[in-house]
Amino acid sequence: MTVTLPPYEDVVARYEPVIGLETHVELGTNTKMFCGCPTDFGGQPNTRICPVCLGLAGSLPVANKAAIEATIRIGLALNCTIATWCRFARKNYFYPDMPKNYQISQYDEPLCIDGWLDVEVDGELVRIGIERVHLEEDTGKTLHVGGATGRIHGATESLVDYNRAGIPLVEIVTKPIPGTGALAPIVARAYVTELRDVIRSLDVSDVRMEQGSLRCDVNTSLNLPGEEWGTRTETKNVNSLRSVERAVRSEIIRQASVLDAGGRIVQETRHFHEDTGDTTSGRSKETATDYRYFPEPDLVPLAPDASWVASLKESLPELPRLHRKRLQTEWGLSDLDMQSVVNAGAVELIEQTIAAGTTPEGARKWWLGELARRANETGIELAAVGASPAHVAELQRLVDEGKLNDKLARTVLEGVIAGEGTPAEIMTARGLEVVSDTGALTAAVDEAIAANPDVAEKIREGKVAAAGALIGAVMKATRGQADAKTVRELIISRLS
Amino acid sequence: MSDVTRLTATEIAALVASGDASATEITQAHLDRIAAVDDRVHAFLHVDTEGALAAATAVDERRAAGEELGPLAGVPVAVKDIVATKGVPSTAASKILEGWRPPYDATIVTRMREAGLVMLGKTNLDEFAMGSSTEYSAYGPTFNPWDLSRIPGGSGGGSAAALAAYEAPLAVGTDTGGSIRQPAAVTGTVGAKPTYGGTSRYGLIAFSSSLDTPGPCARTVEDAALLHAVLAGHDPRDSTSIPQPVPDVVGAARRGASGDLTGVKLGLVREFAGEGAEPGVMAAFHDAVDALTKLGAEVVEISCPNFQYALPAYYLIAPSECSSNLARFDGVRYGLRVGDDGAKALEEVMSLTRESGFGAEVKRRIMIGTYALSSGYYDAYYGQAQKVRTLITRDFTSAFERVDVLISPTTPFVAFPLGARTADPYQMYLADLYTIPANLYGGPGISVPCGLSEGLPVGLQITAPTLADDRMYRVAAALESAIGTLTPGELS
Repeated sequence: MTVTLPPYEDVVARYEPVIGLETHVELGTNTKMFCGCPTDFGGQPNTRICPVCLGLAGSLPVANKAAIEATIRIGLALNCTIATWCRFARKNYFYPDMPKNYQISQYDEPLCIDGWLDVEVDGELVRIGIERVHLEEDTGKTLHVGGATGRIHGATESLVDYNRAGIPLVEIVTKPIPGTGALAPIVARAYVTELRDVIRSLDVSDVRMEQGSLRCDVNTSLNLPGEEWGTRTETKNVNSLRSVERAVRSEIIRQASVLDAGGRIVQETRHFHEDTGDTTSGRSKETATDYRYFPEPDLVPLAPDASWVASLKESLPELPRLHRKRLQTEWGLSDLDMQSVVNAGAVELIEQTIAAGTTPEGARKWWLGELARRANETGIELAAVGASPAHVAELQRLVDEGKLNDKLARTVLEGVIAGEGTPAEIMTARGLEVVSDTGALTAAVDEAIAANPDVAEKIREGKVAAAGALIGAVMKATRGQADAKTVRELIISRLS
Repeated sequence: MSDVTRLTATEIAALVASGDASATEITQAHLDRIAAVDDRVHAFLHVDTEGALAAATAVDERRAAGEELGPLAGVPVAVKDIVATKGVPSTAASKILEGWRPPYDATIVTRMREAGLVMLGKTNLDEFAMGSSTEYSAYGPTFNPWDLSRIPGGSGGGSAAALAAYEAPLAVGTDTGGSIRQPAAVTGTVGAKPTYGGTSRYGLIAFSSSLDTPGPCARTVEDAALLHAVLAGHDPRDSTSIPQPVPDVVGAARRGASGDLTGVKLGLVREFAGEGAEPGVMAAFHDAVDALTKLGAEVVEISCPNFQYALPAYYLIAPSECSSNLARFDGVRYGLRVGDDGAKALEEVMSLTRESGFGAEVKRRIMIGTYALSSGYYDAYYGQAQKVRTLITRDFTSAFERVDVLISPTTPFVAFPLGARTADPYQMYLADLYTIPANLYGGPGISVPCGLSEGLPVGLQITAPTLADDRMYRVAAALESAIGTLTPGELS
């Protein structure tokens, strides 16, 4: 079946989207939520398990205090109210990656409620309401083998790895976000980006979407102006920031085409496909599982002490948006320049480069120039490009000291990226240092004068601009390592 | 040597401590007794001969090395098969866990091993502790040593019968609605449910998490107190375990054994002292009350108006929790798996496994609980039952403002014939009518023999405020000093 989809601009001119985001963050605690097993990513399947996270008969959970603390800090950073008393609840459903066939989660008594997060979209602040932040345990991972698609259909065997089972998971749910119009996909992306940065600044998770430590479900609905909100769908399998934007956009277009054709939106879970950029129907929520939530009787209620919460609030780090504002002022950047730094994901890198002893201009030049270009070309993140802030600071220092010119510095940087060592080591090893020793250069200058009598004559006549040709010849003879300024001075003094 | 199986745990421990008997001899004598009678009693689901003898040898070696031994070192103990024991089958009397050998020990088992107790084996129970007669065991019923045609109570009928048949001097039970106390009553033994959280649940195959409490079973009050002291204490692996120190139950039992209850106020629960109980049970109970009065206790009648709602509230809370607790038995990771022929879908295999792995009573409770928790019914059933629980707690706390402990018969009737109550679940549930309130409240309760009715034992229940387990031991020991222990005739 081929359906001609309406153009996005046309859709958002006629319909108003309402979005909502549910984000899961795996906490970077040392141990799991309810037992002492390690939480490191990877590892041979079913090696980081014990009777508790395997749900063996008779085992009991004990809540991880570090995870509770991390959740409260997230809640505080999102301007939430922290519950003075709340409970875990059991969410009951059968699935083989759930060792107990229930998940210990929170239901009507979440740890943090009613907050907000400001995100910047096109230079304007959009305030995203936060409904709740709660704590739960992650499930195991099911792997279907023997089939073509990796999904259960057609598979000959299903394998379960419980290493992930019981890792603390924080769920952050926004309030519905109406009124963003055509910007809805960008707002969604900006929110997840900002949330990621906030959580990273708290140092409670590595928040890496590609490793699944940050996962996002996107709710989308459409309504006609002035009418009630439409039926929403929940899109899962949204595994990158770019996908968040694409998933919202694609779901807006799909829902519009259904509504345009006189159809109705089914409340359901949909799966986003990275390759095609569209969504397909998952399980319907109209015959939704009854999770039979009830308070977890194996755990005592959580009652965070008010003074503890106050001290956690006191010790929150400066949050990313404010931090960026401060840096922008310190670095003397325009809004536009700062925006390109943010977009390149270079804020922290530049900050660290400056801390390693370089000027804001020097740091920014490399990260937004040569390094950003290489990251783009190879499709990797700037932070993973192969040069560290310390490298960049050292490189720029060599330039500032006149030991490298820009061209040589780029060559040295290539060596750094290739893993040959520090800039100074590479400069020495490859013999790339600028030659500014006049004794060594005088011979080259004299040779150039002898080889270009016409040019030399012009300079003697006062046409100093002609010196460029002689400088070029000297540079060529010294394979670019001569200090251009010194060469120029030498030429003029010899010919005057 | 005389028959050591007739001795109390206290006496056995003294023999081992003095070197007059080795733990190995004591253990072997009990293993021989099990071999001689258990085909008739069926108290055990698994006898761990090798493990028991190895544990006994270890105690003997420690003694020979001059190590100081605990007060129960070398005493054999039988453990209800709902408690996880490392490397030893732990089935909860269910087909769904047939052959499962846990890779870990329950905390109470670890404590007993460290104290030098010798585990003889695992005792029979109603499947997942759901029942009052041990007839719902998937491996066949246990028979009451007082009359082999009658039930030994439940769910911990195996532990109680092992004591009454002199197969073990001590046993461990779990009490969710009366599963320690009611079997004790109908077998003429002593059984105590500690304060909820006083003994660790880690390693108890969960039936109803907010009610389950492991506790001691014995033939004397002092023996029960000694085992209680070993089992109890805070466990960081159980977050509902209480951090307060364990009351001195052994001291209280010894003080009570002097037979002086001067100044002790007993509250006779009006709602449990009349209708519903067999006349013979009430007669024995009233005789015991008279005996307690003679020991100096003051008896006042106390009304606990909400106790009448305890049974229905319990039969919503316990099934709700069990419907969730038992969800993990699906054939995916361990235990029984049915229908895994490579052609069936996972859900089908799960369903077939649970269909054939669980017995009828377990299924009944899973269904009741699933219904009670379902969306739209939660408030009317589970939510309402929790409110009743609060009211029952209030009845207890206001009663304990006036009296030190509450007393009642443990169960309305003596041991009934096998099959008499299996046709009507409600008739079966009535066996726990008097024991359930203490579980909903969380306080301790003990059943101690108080006489006979038509030749069968009757138990008297003493309940105390939470964390005041010592009070009930004092009263129980005093009663025991007045009327003695009960001894069944030889097995027919």
